[in-house]
This record gives sequence, C-alpha cells and structure tokens, in this order.
Amino acid sequence: MPVSYFLVLSAFLFSVGVYGVLARRNAVLVLLSIELMLNAVNINLVAFSAAMGEAGVPGQVFALFIIAVAAAEVGVGLAVVILIYRNMRTVDVGEMSLMKW
Amino acid sequence: MAETWQEILFWVLAVVMGVSALRVVTTQNVVHAALYLVGTLMGAAALYVLLLAELLAWAQVLIYVGAVVVLMLFGLMLTRAPIGKRSYDNNQRLLAAIVAGGLFAVMSWILIDAFDGQKVHLADAEGTTAESIGDAIFSSYVLPFEAVSVLLLAALVGAVLISRKDEASLVDDPEEGA
Amino acid sequence: MHELLLAAEEAHHVAKDGFLTNYMWLVPLLPALAFVVILFFGKRLPDKGHSVGIAAVGIGFVLSIISFIELAAGNAAVEKSWTWFQFGNGFKLEFGMNYDFLAGIMFVVVTAISLMVHIYSTSYMHDDRRYTWFYAALSLFTASMLFLVIANNLMQMMVGWEGVGVCSYFLIGHFWEETENSSAAIKAFITTRIGDVGFLFGIFVLFVAAGTFNIGELNHLAEVGEIGGTILTVGALLLFMGAVGKSAQFPLHVWLPDAMAGPTPVSALIHAATMVVAGIYLVGRMFPLFEHAGAALDVVAIIAAITMLIAALLALVQDDIKKVLAYSTISQLGYMMAALGVGAYTAAIFHLFTHAMFKALLFLGAGSVIHGVHSNNMSDMGGLRKYMPHTFRTFLIGSLALAGIFPFAGFFSKDEIIGGALRAANDATQISAWIVFISAMLVAFLTALYMTRAMVKTFYGDYRGHGTPHESDGAMVTPLWILAIASVTVGFLGLPVIGPFADWIHAPGEEHHGFSTGYNIILPAISVGLAGVAIWLGIQLFHKQRWKVDILSSPFAWAYRFVENKYYLDDLYLNGVVHPTQYPLAAAAYWSNMHILDGIVNGTATLTVGGSKLVYDKIDQGLIDGAVNGSAGLTGLTGGILKYIQSGNVQRYAAVLFGAVALFVAVFALAG
Repeated sequence: MPVSYFLVLSAFLFSVGVYGVLARRNAVLVLLSIELMLNAVNINLVAFSAAMGEAGVPGQVFALFIIAVAAAEVGVGLAVVILIYRNMRTVDVGEMSLMKW
Repeated sequence: MAETWQEILFWVLAVVMGVSALRVVTTQNVVHAALYLVGTLMGAAALYVLLLAELLAWAQVLIYVGAVVVLMLFGLMLTRAPIGKRSYDNNQRLLAAIVAGGLFAVMSWILIDAFDGQKVHLADAEGTTAESIGDAIFSSYVLPFEAVSVLLLAALVGAVLISRKDEASLVDDPEEGA
Repeated sequence: MHELLLAAEEAHHVAKDGFLTNYMWLVPLLPALAFVVILFFGKRLPDKGHSVGIAAVGIGFVLSIISFIELAAGNAAVEKSWTWFQFGNGFKLEFGMNYDFLAGIMFVVVTAISLMVHIYSTSYMHDDRRYTWFYAALSLFTASMLFLVIANNLMQMMVGWEGVGVCSYFLIGHFWEETENSSAAIKAFITTRIGDVGFLFGIFVLFVAAGTFNIGELNHLAEVGEIGGTILTVGALLLFMGAVGKSAQFPLHVWLPDAMAGPTPVSALIHAATMVVAGIYLVGRMFPLFEHAGAALDVVAIIAAITMLIAALLALVQDDIKKVLAYSTISQLGYMMAALGVGAYTAAIFHLFTHAMFKALLFLGAGSVIHGVHSNNMSDMGGLRKYMPHTFRTFLIGSLALAGIFPFAGFFSKDEIIGGALRAANDATQISAWIVFISAMLVAFLTALYMTRAMVKTFYGDYRGHGTPHESDGAMVTPLWILAIASVTVGFLGLPVIGPFADWIHAPGEEHHGFSTGYNIILPAISVGLAGVAIWLGIQLFHKQRWKVDILSSPFAWAYRFVENKYYLDDLYLNGVVHPTQYPLAAAAYWSNMHILDGIVNGTATLTVGGSKLVYDKIDQGLIDGAVNGSAGLTGLTGGILKYIQSGNVQRYAAVLFGAVALFVAVFALAG
C-alpha cells in the first residue's frame, strides 16, 4: 500500500482541523479542532514508521510523546477557558478581542 | 489477498474518519462535535492497528478517547455551552475554507511528490512491539521522556492554579456554600 | 653731413621750425592758470585779481605777436599731437596743436582784444560786486578760445567750443539779479546748443566716413576724394550747423541781440570779436573739406546772404545802441560767412581781423557812452560830442571803418569780399555768388545808413537825457584810442597786390589776384559811393530831419512793424519751439517719469512683495509645510487603516498565519 494514501489522509485531517480552528466560535470547539490536527500528525508519523519497518520505532515514540503533550495541552487549555468563562461569562472567541486598537 | 483486505480496510477507515472530521468542524451541536471527534480518534486507533502499532493504538484509545474527550465534555459543561443547535461559526468561514483548502492542496501535492512510490509493508511484517518501543524510549529517548513527565506535572499544577478561584471569593465561599 | 643738410634745405626750401612756434601750446595755459589763481586768491589781492588777468593776457599777446613774426619770417607751421587714449585700431583721441598762419592771426586777435577789454574793465566794472569772478571768467574765456584755435582735431576744438559757450553764459548772466539777464544767458546757451548738436553729429559723421578727428587728415582726405559724395556734404552741413549757432547766422541769430544784457566789455570781447567768429574760424579751418563737399558752400553763401540782409534791416529800427551794434555784428558775420561761401577765403579772414578791431572799438565806445549817460537807449542821448570828445572821435573812426570808407580798415576788407563775390559769380558762374554780391552791395548801403543814424542820434543834436554826461577815465579811453589806431592802420595789410596778408592767409590754390582795373578800382569806387550816399541820406533823415517821414501812417507801416518785431522770429521760436517743449514735452516727460519709471520701480517692488507673499503662502506654507504635514498625515492615515489589522481576533491572526505558511511552502517547493 502506497504510503502516500496515509499521507494524504493525514493532510486532509490536518486541513479540516485548520478549518475548525479558524472558523469555530466556541473556544472548546477550537480546542477540539486542535486535537484533530494533532491526530493527523500522529497518523503521518505512524505511517512513516510503518514504511520504514524496523527502523521506524522512533516514529511511534514520537507519536506517543505527542499524545502525552496533547493531553497536557488540553488540560491547561480547558483551565484557561474556564477562567475566561468565569471572567467574561462567555467562551465566544470573537468576544475576546480586547487587545485591539 | 491480505493486501487487498488492508486496502479495503484503509479506505473504509479513511472515509469514516474523513466524514467524522468534517462533522466535527461543521456541526452546530457542541456535544455532537465531541462525539464525532471520538469517531475520528477511534478510527485513528484502528488505523494504528492496521499499521501494526498496537501499543500506540491502545494509548490512543486510553488517553485521547478516554481522557481528552471526556475533559472536553466537562469543559463544555462547565462553560455552559448551550446544548442544542446554535451557530458556532464565525464570520471568516470563507477565508478559513480557502486557507484550509490551500493548505491541503499544497501539503498533499508536496507529500505525493516526495514520497510517491514508497510502500508500507504490512503483509509480512512483524510490527513494532511494546518491547521495542520501551527499548527506544528508555535508551535513546529518555531525556524527552523525562521532559514530558515534567511537562505533565507542570500542566497539572498549572491547570489547577489557573482554574482556582480567587482568595476573596474563597473567603466568601463557605458562607455561600452554607 | 651738415653740408648735405644745408644743401637739402636750399634745394627744397625746407623751412625750419621757429623757436617759439613750437611752444605756442603753452599760451592757452597762461590764462587758464590765471583763471585758477584769480578764482582762489583773487579776492585777497589788493586789486581784486585784475592784474593777474591782465598779466596773463598781456604776456599771451606779446608771445602771439612774436610767434606770428616768426611765421611771417618764413618759419614753418607746427603741428604736433599726443595720443590721449586709443581704443583698438580705429578710435583715437588726441591732444594736439596746429599753429599756422590762420591760428597765428587768431591768436593775435584774441589776445589783443582780450587785453583791451581787461584794461577797459578795470574802470567800467569798478564798483561791481562780482568783480573778481568777472575777471576769472574773462581769463577762462580767453583760455578756451585759444584752446579752440590751436586745436588740431575736431574733438579738441569741441572742448574749446563748449568752453567759450559756458563762459559766454556766465558773462551774459553777470547781472543775474534781473531775471531778463539770466533768461538772456539761457537763451544764448540753448540756441547755440542747438547748433552744437549739429556740430557734434558732424564730427561723428566725418569720423565714420574718414576714421579720424584730425583736421589736417580730414581736409586731405576730402581733397583727394577718399571721403566724398553725400556723406561729405552731410558732414559739412552738420558742422556748418554749429557755425550757424555760434556765429549767429539765420535762423539761430536770435540770441545775440539779447546777449547785450551782459556787461558791455563782455559784448565787446565775446560777441563782437572772438566767440562769434569761432564759427567763421571753423569753416575756414575745414575749408578744403567744404570746397569738395558738393553744394555745402552754396548753402553757406545763401544763409549768410539772408543773415546779412535781415540783420542790417533790424539794425535800422533799434533804439538801444548796443542792439544796433549787435545786429551790425550779425550782419558783418554774414559778410564773413558769405565770403567763405563764394570761396574768398583770404577776404573772409581779413574781414574777421579788421572787424574785430573796429567792432570792439564801437562796443567799448558804446560802453563809455552808456557809462556816461547811464542809459542804453539812444532816445536818452544826443549831443554827446561836446561832453565826450574822445569817445566821439574814436566812435566816429569806428563807424567810418564799419561803413567801409577809404582809408579805414573796413574799406579794404569789405571790398575784398565784394570783389571776391563778383569774381566767383563771373568765373565760376555760381548763382549763390550773384545773390551774395547783390546782398553785399545792399548791405554796404544799409550799414552806412544805420551807423549814420546811430552817430547822429547819439552825438549830434541836443542832449535828451538827465543830468550831465561826463567823459570816461583813462583806463577806458586808452583802449579806445589804441583800437582806433588799429582800425586805421591794419587795413593796409590787406592792400591788393602788395599787402602781405594774402601771402599769409590763403586757401591752397587761391590766387593772389593781380591788379585789374575792374576789380581793384571801379568796384571799390562804386561801394564807397554807395556808402557816401547812405551817409548823406542818413544825415538828411535823422539829423536835418529834412523829410519827415512818418512811417507808421504810411502804406508801409506793416513792413516797419514787421521789422520792428524782428520778423516775428522770436515769437515763432517761443511759441513754436520753446512752449511746446516746455509745456507738453516737459509735462509728458514728468508724467512718464512719475508713472512709467516710478511705476516700474514701484511695480517691481509690489511684484517682489507679492511674489514673496506668494512664495510664503503657496510654497512655504502650502507646499513645504504641506509636504511635512502631509507626510505626518499620511503616516496617521496609513496607521488609521493598518490598525484594523490588529483586530484582536486570534482566529484572524491564525488564518493569516496558516495562509502565509501554505504560501511559503508552495513557493519554496516550486522554487527549490
């Protein structure tokens, strides 16, 4: 199976994740889209690892680390969202534009 | 024969994941979005299994589906995300679509151009075992491993710290709580 | 070597230079120096400066006589020049002297008359408040006249010409407290100025034609035909214009009668003997040029003829004794000019010489009369021969000389002119010569007539004035007698055939006319006869009053009034020339000065101010400040537009970020 299938799939998922980051209004949904992006990257890495056979272990290790980091990031991210909600009574990203002209 | 099954399996998974991903970013129901993400993530796990990376698959399911999505749902709950249909898209949908589309086009073109011809050998491969991964982690990649542990600790502490209520409101809390 | 030179001299009759003739250029310096001395120190001297003047002129006179004798003894005429400055090739201004017989005789005349006038004025101007200045001006005049005479080029002559004009102005206006005296001075100056314009232009024309100012060169070039045709005629006529002004020929004669407003010694010196003959001298000096200048000499002759006639008629109707003499002078100047016009060069200069003597005498005599009677008008005189015998006798001698009675000087000179005119008429068949001849005969008659009238009215009959007239003192009478003796004797210098004058002064090619009955016996007899008739007529009319002719009620009254009003020429000039110039022209000039010139100046100023204002407003404030402010504004504007990029919307930032990354990747992929 050509590796490019997995690569294109990963690219597709990543793009969808980008769309979600850019177009969603709810902060939590943005975080969701970020997870999607990270996943896409993982698929990419694992695909390469599989293509490399024996030598592809670092790929999977890397993917593992990404998962760990993603988890940490979600935790902190949500804590921030909750804090914002507490202060501004909304999690609408469009509302959080204080640092503007 | 096995090859064919793998391809079919791949395509099925690809379609499922694609559709789920699309629904994540387009649905107007936040909980549905979270659930569709579960679908995508599970699909990814299945893909890992296909690619003979079992440990990763389990880790994916455990962490992503089990913890992350649940966390998301908690977040949605705590921020009083409205349950039901609302418009959750902002004004720059078109721009976002263009950017995403452009990004996809560029990336896929480059990737196909660069890696066309390489194959994933799945038929007669052994796959990576937990043993090999463990070996790799604790020999070559021990430093990143330690760093990630520290990161997790930091994230933990940080999350608690960030989401803690103020001193003043803590003082008032017992009275309100009572 | 020495023998060779002597032999060469004898072979070619080379005349050697006289001793004094080389230094004659110093003679004009003497009175000039006297002028300066009198001007600065005159008032402090005990005699108030007159001795300085008399000494200067006296020495000048002696030197002139000696120099002339040197010339007459065979020494050569001297010409020298020093270049004053020179532009390039063509234009050269020189200082020079040209001392020949003509200059020599003029020197003698000028210094002699000047000396007589200097001595006379010690008495005449005795109580005058500006005595010292008078003598200073007389010295300056003498210096200028001598400078004019000795000049060897036209520019230098012009300097002297202007100098005598200025001195004439000073001296006519000596009694300037009376407005009419200063007006007379201005009239004289301006009228001669008109002539001077012509003179100057004549000099320029001749320079353009010939490339030189030098008189000798000009005459030579005219003779050989290097310059010729129209340009020569034009140049000659323009020069003649100067002579017309200075020598009071028609139509610029109007200043001379009014110039009698000046003191009588001035009239004697300047307006009888010396300045007025400058014109005659000019034509005489440039005679070869005039001879070859086409019809120029004819013009000269005709104008001179007109002059002598109208002036003689005018002299007949004057009451003021000085005006009679003034018109007489104009008439006699006409004689001299007419003589030149018909080619009788020797006769003209001879008449100049004799006329100087007896006219100065007449003027000084008139001065003596005026001094004694305290009035100029002959109606206040009469019977003065009893009271003023010396004046009477000398005046009589002068009158007879003027009338041309044998053996007085005037007879010889006037007859030479009449004879010359007839000869020219016959030999050269010039029409103008006939006109001159007839006019000369008529004027001879008229001259005798008006002088008789003057004599009778002044010295005969009963005294009509107030008080008792007295004879003048020695200082005034002595010059009178000296000039009277001169009037009797100098005539013989010009005797036909044997007189030396013709040897001294002659135009090149002019013959010394030999003795011929027609010209040398019959003609003089006729002219003397005419004069005698005139004298008889005058006595009958004015003394015996035999035929009481009341002109005013006769049919010729208009003619009398016409002449009495000086042919209305003065009125013509006043209304035709002076007033149009004075009022419209001067007013126009003033207007143009105020409005145009001042307008230009003010306009330039206003323009500058306006321009600066414009620059300030538009350029400084508008453009430059605008640019500065504008760039600040532009910055503000761009900021104002660009600030919207900072929307605060993180997703916007993210969109841009991802888009840029995609772009960069694509570019690198394509490029790499």
